[in-house]
Amino acid sequence: MSDMLTLTLAEARDKLRAKEITAVELTDAYLNAMEQTRDLNCYITETPEKARAMAKASDERIAAGKAGAMEGLPIGMKDLFCTNGVQSTAGSHILEGFTPTYESTVSQNLWDAGAVMLGKTNLDEFAMGSSNLTSYYGGVKNPYTKAGSNQSLVPGGSSGGSAAAVAAHAAIAATGTDTGGSIRQPAAFAGLVGFKPTYGRCSRWGIVAFASSLDQAGPMTRTVRDSAIMLGAMAGFDAKDSTSLDVAVPDFEAALTGDIRGMKIGIPKEYRVENMPADIEALWKQGIEWMKDAGAEVVDVTLPHTKYALPTYYIVAPAEASSNLARYDGVRFGLRVEGKDLNEMYENTRAAGFGAEVRRRVLIGTYVLSAGYYDAYYLKAQKVRTKIAQDFKNAWGQCDLLLTPTTPSAAFAMDEKIDDPVAMYLNDVFTVPASLAGLPGISVPAGVDKDGLPLGLQLIGPAMGEEAVLRAAGVLETAAGFSAKPALMAA
Amino acid sequence: MALDKQTVAKVAHLARIRVEEDELETLAGEMNSIIGWVEQLGEVDTDGVEPMTSAVDLKLRLREDAITDGDYPDRVLKNGPSTEMHFYVVPKVVE
Repeated sequence: MSDMLTLTLAEARDKLRAKEITAVELTDAYLNAMEQTRDLNCYITETPEKARAMAKASDERIAAGKAGAMEGLPIGMKDLFCTNGVQSTAGSHILEGFTPTYESTVSQNLWDAGAVMLGKTNLDEFAMGSSNLTSYYGGVKNPYTKAGSNQSLVPGGSSGGSAAAVAAHAAIAATGTDTGGSIRQPAAFAGLVGFKPTYGRCSRWGIVAFASSLDQAGPMTRTVRDSAIMLGAMAGFDAKDSTSLDVAVPDFEAALTGDIRGMKIGIPKEYRVENMPADIEALWKQGIEWMKDAGAEVVDVTLPHTKYALPTYYIVAPAEASSNLARYDGVRFGLRVEGKDLNEMYENTRAAGFGAEVRRRVLIGTYVLSAGYYDAYYLKAQKVRTKIAQDFKNAWGQCDLLLTPTTPSAAFAMDEKIDDPVAMYLNDVFTVPASLAGLPGISVPAGVDKDGLPLGLQLIGPAMGEEAVLRAAGVLETAAGFSAKPALMAA
Repeated sequence: MALDKQTVAKVAHLARIRVEEDELETLAGEMNSIIGWVEQLGEVDTDGVEPMTSAVDLKLRLREDAITDGDYPDRVLKNGPSTEMHFYVVPKVVE
């Protein structure tokens, strides 16, 4: 039964359809794997009964010849997606016990495609973080450790529980959400493929909002093909999201032709940052060679406003967060801490309910939106955001895709105290620009560093360019032949 | 411009988050380091640049002004910390 856990999503799908395995068997194998890996703290809520019932229904649909694209495949659902009747916490104390009476569009799309829910995966509180350490429900351990060391490392964040679960074989795939790198960075840290599609591809309806002009859902999987299959099931127009793209969902899997001859890959010189580890610099160079070997043309491009992307993000995202998180007032859902009057109740509730990072960001957001500072900070950041997006538009005149590292470092230790918030924010230096511009970006596991830890390379495409991104990602994956295995993995 | 303890206390009140007096100093330090860092945006010439308000070029859609959902107060109120007779209950606001 345990060899079932090594099947990719695509392989499991094919075996289910060929009736070589059943969805109930596959789900049971994963429920067992979840128990074995509980020490990683991947899941906030496990839903084994629901999983078994869904798997049983999948087997019935397969028998009736009505299998969907994700039929019988057991996945982890980031606990930022509202799930009907299942606690949805966003990693926050303020939503502890919150049980939605509705289902997010993306999760509903996945269930409609036949996917099986194993549970709700851990994350940084309200998706604010790059380490999963801000979760009220505790940090998540990365199943990878440095060679010869048992020190616990972070899985990245905010989709850290999803990343750890998929890497440790406690889910065949998982959903993530990405506001500034929250899919791509943990995917890089855990040796996975993480794909943030074009802003608007996946509906935001029912996803707990962090920064609405940036939030976007996407798949976290073991292979590029798995990513293509799962994204196809997640994406689609939704009238309930005012910024949902009203476009057809292509057959993403069909885009994986393996042929990138003549494709132009841009290398942005501004992504060569100070103090970048030699391993990452070398991997990037290797990636360029792989693209050339596959027949792509490599061109140097410039994105001159790259260095301003992070500071822009750290105005725009907290500003939107301070507005979105105003709803946690102790009145309609979640935690309430009484006070002598309404204002005191609000203040007590929010003081008790929000962790330190969320509080800091809400305060920064409130400050940059407050009278007298709005123009100097918020409006200024929105204008710089225009210039960052324009840089990408200019680049598309010279190339089809961009190739960059995903992160400026490999996974770091859980107890590595990063007291300076700005130092923590630098994790997202390579992922934030594409988020600000709303562009699709994928992280592909491409190698390991000197300690044997996974490193990712990122491909960024123009808006709606998912097919080209996936095609090149498939080529990169084949060339890299990433084969590292985590120290802790269910078997 | 540096944020002092008083400004942080004011912002915390605007955000309706209680912050203890002894936390204001540390918080002011952290916020100053973030604000000081984002001030580098001042270097960018943004004269005549339109602010970017959406990540995609798209016009918000119009729809019929019709009721398309609702009529299930029990579901809506299910997660309320304090409810009575299909209302949320809050501390007394008007004397």
